[in-house]
Amino acid sequence: MSGTPERQAQEERLRAVWQNPTGWRYWTSVNNTQVGLWYGGAAFAFMLFAGVLALIMRAQLAFPDNDLISADLYNQAFTLHGTVMMFLFAVPIFEAIAIFLLPPMLGARELPFPRLGAFGFWSFLLGGVFVCGSIFFNAAPSSGWFMYPPLATDEELSGIGADIWLLGLSFIEVASIAAAVEIIVGIMKCRAPGMRINLMPLFAWYLLIVAGMILFAFPPLIAGDLLFELQRMFDWPFFDAARGGDPLLWQHLFWIFGHPEVYIIFLPAIALMAMIVPTFAQRPIVGYSWIVLAAVGTGFLSFGLWVHHMFTTGLPQISLAFFSAASEAVAIPTGVQIFVFIATMLAGRVIFSTPMLFGTGGIAIFVIGGLTGVMVALAPFDWQAHDSYFVVAHLHYVLIGGMLFPVIAGLYYYYPLIDAQHLSDRLGRIAFWLMFVGFNVAFFPMHLAGLRGMPRRVFTYPSETGWDWLNLISSIGAYIFAAGLLVVIFDVLRPKHRHTGGELNPWNAGTLEWISEPKENWGVRSIPRITSRYPLWEQPTLLRDVAEGRGYLADAPEGQREGLVTSVLDAEPVQVLRVGGTSGVTIVSAVTLGAVFVALTFKWWLVTAVAAIASLCAVLYWLWTGTNVIPEAEEKDVGHGLMLPLHASGSASVGWWAMFITMVGDATAFASLIFGYFFYWTIHADFTAGQAGPGMAWPLIAAALFGGAWAATLIARTLNAGERKAPMRACLGVSALLALAASAAALAGPWQHGMDPASHVYPAIVWLLVLWVVAHAAVGVVMHLYCLARSFAGRLSALYDMDLRNSALYWHFVLIQAVLTFLVIGLFPEAG
Amino acid sequence: MRFIPKPIETLWTLFTAPVVWAAHFLFCYGIAAVYCAKQDQIGISFAAVRIGIAGATVVALVLIAASAWLAWRQWGFGAHDPPHDDPTRHDRLLFQGFATLLLSGLCFVAVIMVALPAWFVTECVR
Repeated sequence: MSGTPERQAQEERLRAVWQNPTGWRYWTSVNNTQVGLWYGGAAFAFMLFAGVLALIMRAQLAFPDNDLISADLYNQAFTLHGTVMMFLFAVPIFEAIAIFLLPPMLGARELPFPRLGAFGFWSFLLGGVFVCGSIFFNAAPSSGWFMYPPLATDEELSGIGADIWLLGLSFIEVASIAAAVEIIVGIMKCRAPGMRINLMPLFAWYLLIVAGMILFAFPPLIAGDLLFELQRMFDWPFFDAARGGDPLLWQHLFWIFGHPEVYIIFLPAIALMAMIVPTFAQRPIVGYSWIVLAAVGTGFLSFGLWVHHMFTTGLPQISLAFFSAASEAVAIPTGVQIFVFIATMLAGRVIFSTPMLFGTGGIAIFVIGGLTGVMVALAPFDWQAHDSYFVVAHLHYVLIGGMLFPVIAGLYYYYPLIDAQHLSDRLGRIAFWLMFVGFNVAFFPMHLAGLRGMPRRVFTYPSETGWDWLNLISSIGAYIFAAGLLVVIFDVLRPKHRHTGGELNPWNAGTLEWISEPKENWGVRSIPRITSRYPLWEQPTLLRDVAEGRGYLADAPEGQREGLVTSVLDAEPVQVLRVGGTSGVTIVSAVTLGAVFVALTFKWWLVTAVAAIASLCAVLYWLWTGTNVIPEAEEKDVGHGLMLPLHASGSASVGWWAMFITMVGDATAFASLIFGYFFYWTIHADFTAGQAGPGMAWPLIAAALFGGAWAATLIARTLNAGERKAPMRACLGVSALLALAASAAALAGPWQHGMDPASHVYPAIVWLLVLWVVAHAAVGVVMHLYCLARSFAGRLSALYDMDLRNSALYWHFVLIQAVLTFLVIGLFPEAG
Repeated sequence: MRFIPKPIETLWTLFTAPVVWAAHFLFCYGIAAVYCAKQDQIGISFAAVRIGIAGATVVALVLIAASAWLAWRQWGFGAHDPPHDDPTRHDRLLFQGFATLLLSGLCFVAVIMVALPAWFVTECVR
């Protein structure tokens, strides 16, 4: 772009700051565009891998008594198919889309924690390769994607595959929570000035809700994984009925995660539709507030559905009825969204492009899946259909219609943002019809096979059952569907040199992401002020103003990557945020943390310890060099005469919010363990089975000492605010010592009373809760030592106190968990 | 002391009704599950559990209705029509009020739906 020499100099500086490294160092990029593309590419690759597994299964099932693959390989194939599709494709693809799209859509340069985003991607990639690779060593998990005990806790029957599943996926869950933190803080605090919450793109509303759901849905699974792995590794009998455990607890924890997960997958896909439909109807969405209602309502209601996966486990009928009712209720907000889309299409003049074809086709499929969902939400019908192919058909209608088709629609729609080229309309239409027809041919007969009694997960069946031709039709359909997907992949990968591309906003869309220039890395040339829901339609000079650098932060004279932080409700600019640039530390952190999980799988304890220490060092180096950097000045001019601070701490800072959000997730995992404690209490007349508890004295002493450690932290924070360095340091030291003493007291309770965690579930869950708190205390002590080191290095002062205030926030959560834990194990059930 | 709270400006009011729904749901599930697991040790009848659920339902509905009224007030008692897409604080408040009102309506219905089983189910059959 030409312009005055000064403007060209600005552009040069900005381009240099946001430039990616070249050569092999390219992979150390942390820019949202690159990370988003890698993330999406990896997720698609995993999807293709899982798709191939599905085709192998369909080939095996095409004919009765087939012996193409063995039963064991079939078990591995369906387990890995489900696992990969859910954990390595459906959730990560939306994280990828969010990381790629959100910054330009919000008018931001970057999300607030680009290095965290890159770390999440590398964790996901390593964990995914580890889990997928296992099948080539005949060691893949084989107990089904929900890993029910007692089958999956039996080491003889399940082999190392179950450990690979548990540890590999726990590692990936770390990436999901990292993405949730990034997305929530990005949407709440990093929108362009003027983008009030009533003007926010609907995609951002959906993603905000979905990221919140991740915070409450994934931690119960992480808690479940912890229980599961402790049983497999150390024989703590959480799911062993003979020693007081209960396999049903796993089902609860898994589905408290697993049902919201369906909506975690579905809502972002429908969010894509909420961007695509207005563009091709060429008018604003009808019922913006109704979409917000639907997103929030679905987000909450989806947490009251989990037991509908457990209708056949013998729970009291009134419990089943509660969940049945909630499962019916969630159809209301789900339906609202579909009606909003229909209304928008009716009110506008619809252009039936390829993205619309995939979108509407997907919704048609999804509606069928939704209706069979209402059927299986009725307990009596579910008792008939449970674990049959009817359920397989239902879930594929929901997931492929509600997620895969809209994602392909999004691919066709957003592809010009990737390399300024279009995908082929003709190939897109061929692909759509192959996929749409293939899908229905493959999955509709499964309803009938299920109603004829075909159970899911059988590797073959005898010919006299009457399932032969239904299965043959399904298999043919599956290959037609796969052919359609191959066309899409060909379209993406084929060279497109002959095309002239490069126009901005080829669909004439109204939302801000279309100002992003694919050849530039800076996100937006300058940050605009937003006054509309569809700025590109309603702010005619916006595109030119942005491109000519008349927005905020049009220059980068200090050579720093900068964005704006704005207020939550009205998006008034409040701070300049400097984000981390290119760095290899994210890869080192992910690799070392990955090594911890891999070494644990094979019980290489020494390697685990070394990798854990290396991982801790990498994270500390990352924090020390990359966070709470003291700026060269307190304020800076961001343009238009606006002076903004370069630093914030406490609840005004994005770091504080990241800590808060992470700890909410952590507290949810803790709540899941407490749920487990009381769950065991309900299922036994005497939960302790006559075994000794930790007593009352040690737990209460531990609670009091933790209270002291917390109080000393708060005093240190106050002293620091008054620049009283020596007493502040003393307080931090005292707090660390009190935390160590508290941990010793906590361990003394079960230790002194000789509680053996392998003997019964009661001592096991007491030990686990104590160890949970002690591990948190250990992290808290590291934080204190870190703050002490920062203080001695002259990097902690009354103004630049972010480290200390974030540590104090962490300690609030430790206090709550410690007090709850010790009151529960010390006073209950003895006092009850 | 004023009985009706002053309007407050925060994102969190949006979530009032869904949080009430969640609390009511957990209460219904929890009390029924614990009662049915421990009925031999607890000296009360299932009718008492149903009355408890009825009471909780009334409380939840009153809270949601209150949240709906506050939202209605924030929406200016319906004096303005959507889409509330002006770049002003006023329209942002109207949007928040309207969205909160809609959510309250959904949650009101959802609370009734969740409570209905206690109307029909009279014992802990499995």
